[in-house]
Amino acid sequence: MNVNQKVSQIVEEKFPGSVIIPEEPQNDFIQLNSEKWNEIAKFLKTESALKFDSCQCITGVDLGAETEKLEVRYNFHSTKHLHKVEIRIATDRKRPSIPSVEQIWRVADWFEREVYDMYGIRFKGHRDLRRMLLPDDWKGWPLRKDYKTPQTYNGMKVPKVRKGWD
Amino acid sequence: MGFLEERFEDNIVTAKLDQLLSWARSTSAWYFQFGLACCAIEMMATAASRHDLERIGMMPRSSPRQADVMIVAGTVTLKMATRVKKLYDQMADPKYVVSMGSCSNSGGPYSRQGYHVLKGVDQVVPVDVYVPGCPPRPEALLEGLIKLQEKIKQERPLTKKK
Repeated sequence: MNVNQKVSQIVEEKFPGSVIIPEEPQNDFIQLNSEKWNEIAKFLKTESALKFDSCQCITGVDLGAETEKLEVRYNFHSTKHLHKVEIRIATDRKRPSIPSVEQIWRVADWFEREVYDMYGIRFKGHRDLRRMLLPDDWKGWPLRKDYKTPQTYNGMKVPKVRKGWD
Repeated sequence: MGFLEERFEDNIVTAKLDQLLSWARSTSAWYFQFGLACCAIEMMATAASRHDLERIGMMPRSSPRQADVMIVAGTVTLKMATRVKKLYDQMADPKYVVSMGSCSNSGGPYSRQGYHVLKGVDQVVPVDVYVPGCPPRPEALLEGLIKLQEKIKQERPLTKKK
């Protein structure tokens, strides 16, 4: 039994109904629903059998217009047990919102700001949710699949202006 | 040059004040280091001992108030473009701009799909010399800066424009 299966069993025992079993069974990640994510995250960090004390990465994914879903993927690592796990949480595309883990893993502060910057996913409970890389007056979420490049930004032309190299 | 020539000792040179001014400007063009991306590494290599920009009188300054040349080395994002313009406006006249590398010339690899990149720094500031390359080798930057010196030497700051 690999770590993902073990962790998903422990989580399912503690929080019944939070693990979503996908149609095709796989062992690469754990799909959770976002309702109790804050408590589950605290549990992942503190439970002695898990001890995921390091949040390595938080990524946003646009699953495409036909699914109407955005997804956030978390990679956790335990420096005590030396095991790692990937957790995926899907959210609605129209009103994307996921509980923040910024106060559990401090490093998640900037990760979540970056995901917010690129995908517009709002992290509930984040204390300083601003854009990270793009300017504050930027409109739109650039890494979403339906994003259209703006024609101008503050009077500067954005699309290609030079000819050649095509 | 003129009737004053060869009337003094060998180590005295005569020139017009106009020419003297533009000669002095061209050989002490202090540059404002604007390292935005990987081109900055090549700019640093050009300034370092092997290529040694100071032998042509160019010296890095960190403040736009003290600089004559702005070397825009790297990708100019739209967020940065407003700062580039602001810093260019803070420089004292006469001022020159060298656009270094494909990114600041035309957007480079971002020219087609980069939603966040300004497609050429000449959209916000007037550019005197474009140095092509991705990134340009120090030799290329040196050539561009020598071209800029030639351009400055052609100027006649005291002569009225016709």
